[in-house]
Amino acid sequence: MHRHLLSINDLTREEAIGILDTAHELSVISDGTLRKLPTLRGRTVVNLFFEDSTRTRISFESAAKRLSADVINFSAKGSSVSKGESLKDTAQTLQAMGADAVIIRHGASGAAQRLADSGWIQASVINAGDGTHEHPTQALLDAYTIRNSFPEYRDSFEGLKVAIVGDILHSRVARSNVLLLKKLGAQVTLLAPPTLLPVGVDSWGVETSYNFDEVIPNVDVVMMLRVQSERMLDAFFPSEREYSRSFGLDIRRLNALRPRSIVMHPGPMNRGLEISAQSADSHHSVILAQVSNGVLIRMAVLYQLLGGQTLTDTNSPEASEKVVAK
Amino acid sequence: MASLLDAGDIGRALKRIAHEIVERNHGLTNVVIIGIPTRGDYLAKRIAKVLGEIDAPVPVGTLDITMFRDDLRMRAPRPLVPTSLPQGGIEGKNVVLVDDVLFSGRTIRAALDAIGEIGRPSSVQLAVLVDRGHRELPIRADFVGKNIPTSASESVKVNLTEIDDEDSVLLISQMSGNTNA
Repeated sequence: MHRHLLSINDLTREEAIGILDTAHELSVISDGTLRKLPTLRGRTVVNLFFEDSTRTRISFESAAKRLSADVINFSAKGSSVSKGESLKDTAQTLQAMGADAVIIRHGASGAAQRLADSGWIQASVINAGDGTHEHPTQALLDAYTIRNSFPEYRDSFEGLKVAIVGDILHSRVARSNVLLLKKLGAQVTLLAPPTLLPVGVDSWGVETSYNFDEVIPNVDVVMMLRVQSERMLDAFFPSEREYSRSFGLDIRRLNALRPRSIVMHPGPMNRGLEISAQSADSHHSVILAQVSNGVLIRMAVLYQLLGGQTLTDTNSPEASEKVVAK
Repeated sequence: MASLLDAGDIGRALKRIAHEIVERNHGLTNVVIIGIPTRGDYLAKRIAKVLGEIDAPVPVGTLDITMFRDDLRMRAPRPLVPTSLPQGGIEGKNVVLVDDVLFSGRTIRAALDAIGEIGRPSSVQLAVLVDRGHRELPIRADFVGKNIPTSASESVKVNLTEIDDEDSVLLISQMSGNTNA
């Protein structure tokens, strides 16, 4: 396993499946009365969040706590960052505090990579969303959720049809999901107005379509994306009403789904815009399962990155003292 | 490399252990068997099979203790294996833990911790195919297939037909090869 998890591209297909399998074993262990594991006792995990987040931060926090790690939450609001502290100084402060892992969410694409490559810290870096680039643990938990709904695709997504619908342009969730779904063999169709498809999407190896009604009866998984108003500085579509009519998952489209097809959404939802309340609460919806699976996937990732020997072990003062003593 | 036990020896040892379990517990009414992966798990299933033949069927489970090990940081993270608790749980039961080789005792300590997280059995007993000595913790086995004095530089390899080519226990002199600590 690697030191960091920055992008789905860091993982081979086998490693990705390994994380899904580990999450599955963890679900069996923590299904019963076994709520807390001593595995990461004494490790410190820092949640370094420069952007707002509820479910990702809470999910990482509860994953770390269920493995007995110590968790420090750091959000840019109310910290020295609002006084103008740089990422470098913040990182070095965390290093001095002895962080074993830093989970970073940042508005700039590549922030996690910068932190990992900088040499400022020895901790493992986990990307929890960087700008419009990637959000690898979300893709892993989505794949895990799909696997639970379709046990016949356990070892390979070959033949599975997935539609990712909405604001592809701004979506790190879509990018990570496309990479992972393709790695696992799924057939992916992106559905969005032309203005919300990224430049160069033809090189992603996926199909694109502008016609939701044509696609929906043929897919196993419908992954809805949030319309990211906070990142939309231009007018990408004429009106919310028109977007909702063309690309929203309303009751009419929900009824066109196959009986076993599932509806996913990374949250938070704009009910009434990209997804109707009926769709979000229907029996097709696995949106709440995604949230609980998120904790398992993040436990699996933390275990794989921190469970064995890490750089912070080998370079710790005690370790070097031992070497000197010998 | 010397052969310590062959298939016949292993079969007889497991049969004897099964009889001892029945004797110690005055029957099997409250007994559950839990194997420690990988090979302890297969041994647990074999012992349970013998118990079913000589007395009564007993619930069998598997307990992955990886997350409870204290030497996790000394090597690369290992993949987890499935855990399944015996039917009816372990609360108030006489649990018989089964492992292949008893060495430092650290695996058993981890297993005791894991059991403590799951529930409060009435007692925990330990059955091992091979006890090779060199304990680092005050832990002993209740049922032993064979006591084998070893030197610390040797390693003991248990092969079982479920995953290996044959049933055998081998003593390997150098540090290379698969150690079953």
